[in-house]
Amino acid sequence: MSGGGERVLALLPELLLLLGAVGGLLLGLWTPQHRQWRVRLLVTAACLASAIAAAVALFEPAERVFEGTWVVDTTTGVVRIVVALGVAVLVWLASASLAGHPRETEAYVLMLLGGLGSIALAASGDLLLLVAGYLLASVPLYALAGFAKDSAGVEATMKYYLMGAFVGVLMLVGVAALVLAAGTTGYLDLAALLPEASPALLAVGVLGVLAGVAFKAGAVPVHFWVPDVTAGTTPPMAAYITTIPKIGAVAAAFRLLAELFAGVPLDVPLLVAVIAAVSMTLGNLAAFSQTDVLRLLAYSTVSQVGYLFMVVAVAARTDLAVPALAVYLAGYAVTNIGAFAAVAATPAARTITDWATAVGRHRWLVVSLAVCLLGLVGTPPTAVFIGKLAVFVAAWDGDLIWLVVVAAINTVASLFYYLRWIAPAFAGIPAAPSAGEGAPGSGPRTAAGTAQRLQRHPVIILHMAAVVSLLLGLGAGMWVGVATSGT
Amino acid sequence: MLLTVVIFLPLLAAGVLLAVPRIPSRAAIGVWVAASAVDLALVGWMSWRFEPGEGASGVVDGLAYEVNLQWIPTVDAGYHVGVDGLSLPLLALTGVLFLACAIYSLREPDRPHTYAALFLFLQTACLGTFASLDLILFFVFFDLSIVGMYFVIAGWGHGNARRSALKFFLYTFIGSLALLVGFIGLFLGSEERTFDMVALAANPPLADSPVAGGLVLLAIGLGLAVKTPLFPFHTWLPDAHTDAPAAGSAVLAGILLKLGTYGFVRIAMPILPDAWQRWAMVAVVVGVISVLWGAFVALAQTDVKRMIAYTSVNHMGYVLLGLGAAGLVASADEEARIVATVGAMYQMVSHGLLTGALFLLSGVLWSRGHTYAFDRWGGLARPAPVFAACFAVAAFGSLGLPGFSGFIAEFQVFTGALQAAPVATVIAVIGILVTAGLFLLALQRLLAGDTAVPSEADPDTTEEGPDLDRPDGTTATAIRPRTATRMQDLRGHEVASVVPLLVLAVILGLVPRVLLDVLEPAAMAVVELVGR
Repeated sequence: MSGGGERVLALLPELLLLLGAVGGLLLGLWTPQHRQWRVRLLVTAACLASAIAAAVALFEPAERVFEGTWVVDTTTGVVRIVVALGVAVLVWLASASLAGHPRETEAYVLMLLGGLGSIALAASGDLLLLVAGYLLASVPLYALAGFAKDSAGVEATMKYYLMGAFVGVLMLVGVAALVLAAGTTGYLDLAALLPEASPALLAVGVLGVLAGVAFKAGAVPVHFWVPDVTAGTTPPMAAYITTIPKIGAVAAAFRLLAELFAGVPLDVPLLVAVIAAVSMTLGNLAAFSQTDVLRLLAYSTVSQVGYLFMVVAVAARTDLAVPALAVYLAGYAVTNIGAFAAVAATPAARTITDWATAVGRHRWLVVSLAVCLLGLVGTPPTAVFIGKLAVFVAAWDGDLIWLVVVAAINTVASLFYYLRWIAPAFAGIPAAPSAGEGAPGSGPRTAAGTAQRLQRHPVIILHMAAVVSLLLGLGAGMWVGVATSGT
Repeated sequence: MLLTVVIFLPLLAAGVLLAVPRIPSRAAIGVWVAASAVDLALVGWMSWRFEPGEGASGVVDGLAYEVNLQWIPTVDAGYHVGVDGLSLPLLALTGVLFLACAIYSLREPDRPHTYAALFLFLQTACLGTFASLDLILFFVFFDLSIVGMYFVIAGWGHGNARRSALKFFLYTFIGSLALLVGFIGLFLGSEERTFDMVALAANPPLADSPVAGGLVLLAIGLGLAVKTPLFPFHTWLPDAHTDAPAAGSAVLAGILLKLGTYGFVRIAMPILPDAWQRWAMVAVVVGVISVLWGAFVALAQTDVKRMIAYTSVNHMGYVLLGLGAAGLVASADEEARIVATVGAMYQMVSHGLLTGALFLLSGVLWSRGHTYAFDRWGGLARPAPVFAACFAVAAFGSLGLPGFSGFIAEFQVFTGALQAAPVATVIAVIGILVTAGLFLLALQRLLAGDTAVPSEADPDTTEEGPDLDRPDGTTATAIRPRTATRMQDLRGHEVASVVPLLVLAVILGLVPRVLLDVLEPAAMAVVELVGR
């Protein structure tokens, strides 16, 4: 509505990311192969600048720019910050395996563009922008999934691409149905017109659009790609694919439920609640038997989306939903990146036992892993605990008590497989039990041989994630208050 | 501020231990002992300066050392801690028992840094739970105590430790989630939408909706019952206890179980008075079943530690009997209900001291012979008189002999509960008889008769093993003549850890006023709140 050109600055965070992408590409062209770390720095700087700009924008009142297609509010703001910081961290996580790679620059640029797509999803206030965001958050990821060009990666890409293309068409059908029903694409107009539309068209529209965001979020029933792609690609890319697009997609789903479908005569919240319940249950059950850490984490992300969709279901029903979404999104991003960083630290170790062996006596690594994994369970005082608490409260307040109970039971179930990973890692510490006490000075820092096998950046990122997860949890009051003060 | 220091001092020490791996192994436990000792001294200072507030209602007002900071303003959860007559004895108990465990573990050979750090972490979690006046804060500390204990059992236990630890974690985690669901119910049901216990107790939520109130109480009760543990949910306890290291069992039984019973007094009763009154009989019945079940199953055990573990179920049953009786407003006068409540709270402290001592003593058996089986031991009074004396004292205290704290506690529970629930109380008294029998039987099997010591203890587990790491390299003690009749008596650090617990139990048995003066005002307040 505020069509004035000066409001272009409302998209400053996105512009900075775009500039970073274009600038990174150009810089990469002019930089020799072994100096491509310059691109990394540039990309990181762009992300940080974008995050700062987004943080500043948080304090301004919510608004809709560009004819209402782009919504700038708390949800968008939180997604902007989390995605920008997440991409910055993931670029460094990926650098361990990408440094010196012939297509290093391209990877970073694609990561930035995918992040931009994720933000576009979250910010879209118009169905056409939602579709554009879907594509922008998908296409770069197809390339990233198969970046290693090995057979597993190619297979992963194929699955991901075919599934994405199929769901993309479904989504377009859904959008077409909604446009047919109401004759417009803007959320606000649609929200006013849809309640009178024909229920059949509405149903097709709702299902199609939800399928699209559920696919990007990795929720049941379009979650099949998640384990295959996660296990087929490299750990850093798996971290990226299971974190960045999910954040945007969940925020997009949240906005759909809060605005577009709030008044329709169908029980959309119930549908989303069922998706949430099934996602968390299936994800947890499937994770039980996994011995491959990446597949375990993949199913864990499916179950996490279930918890996130709980708050989506009650988006229109309670004031507590927005803070809950903000906390959980941020907590999930940090914790999930941390867990994948643990895998990336030991690229050769793919099973739980291998991992425990490779980490050996690095007790701080195990401690950080435990903080991250128990964080995913929702053990206090980590960020995801606060998120879960907020989500449970919001869901209950939105009259979905049964979903809260299902989620609580699922939380317990999830303990099984996270502990299956923590326990051997923890027990792996006493590589030399009481015999090692013979030489008191020879503490646990002597395992130089194992230390070399660990990748440096992922280890740092794992520790950072654990610390940030704790800080976000302990300082929840402060930052949630600040983040949601704009509304 | 002082209370915050008390809570987080152990955590700080734990951080130091983990961050500075250069501290030699022995000194690591030394740091633990020092930190616990300082913490206990601070708790002692707190109790000395403790002044219950006006009107002696320790729950709604009259809090000492209160700190109230905002934490998550969107749901009005805060860092709200304080001390009153309910929490002070348990804070002191925590301090005492953790110090005893630290002293007991002085020779812990296996990864002492991490071990000490975990226990210090646990201590913070326990102190924090007892001091919390905010439901979310309570939950945070409550859950952290589970995490800490999981690692203690999984990392330092024996036998089927990994499995027992997992079982423990799953059971109690289910419990804690039920608790969380209940807390959310309280939050959404309260008028001003807060997690603050003081505010909730002052203006109880869900007062006019019996169904919702009952369901929320069910969720909270389930959560606390798993932790306590009460009858159908106690199955994690014997496994966890048997496979945990001695100090872990002592803390688990002495402190962690109290988190459950404390939750009943602190949360369920004052915040849901209507529901508690309505369902008090259920609490009484569950309490009595736990009393009998714990006693009879303990009687059937062939393993010392499992037997002690089951007597914990029995003892916690008395606590619930007392608390349930306190809710039977219609059938008992206030005087009787106060007596029952005081008895229940006295039992918490008493059980912590006596069971803590018993578990540490059973740890002595493990360190000598690597078995808890009754039929492998016998006639220990001759080779190990100090051990025998301590074990006998702890057993007599635990069966409720006059002169010990347990007697005061059980006597008050029965006196108070008799009027409200006469049948149940009379049935529960049978529990005393059975426990008396089983403890006497245990004494007889372990201490009397011909001396028998497990002979084929594998050589690499001789308890002198830790001596190897003496800087001067004395290895002579490592070669132990593996004869069948050798049983080393308690060593200095073992005596220093067990005897104070027993002395305290005797003091509380002979001079109960010390503790009663603190407990009674708080119990009056609780009973008054429940009676609303």
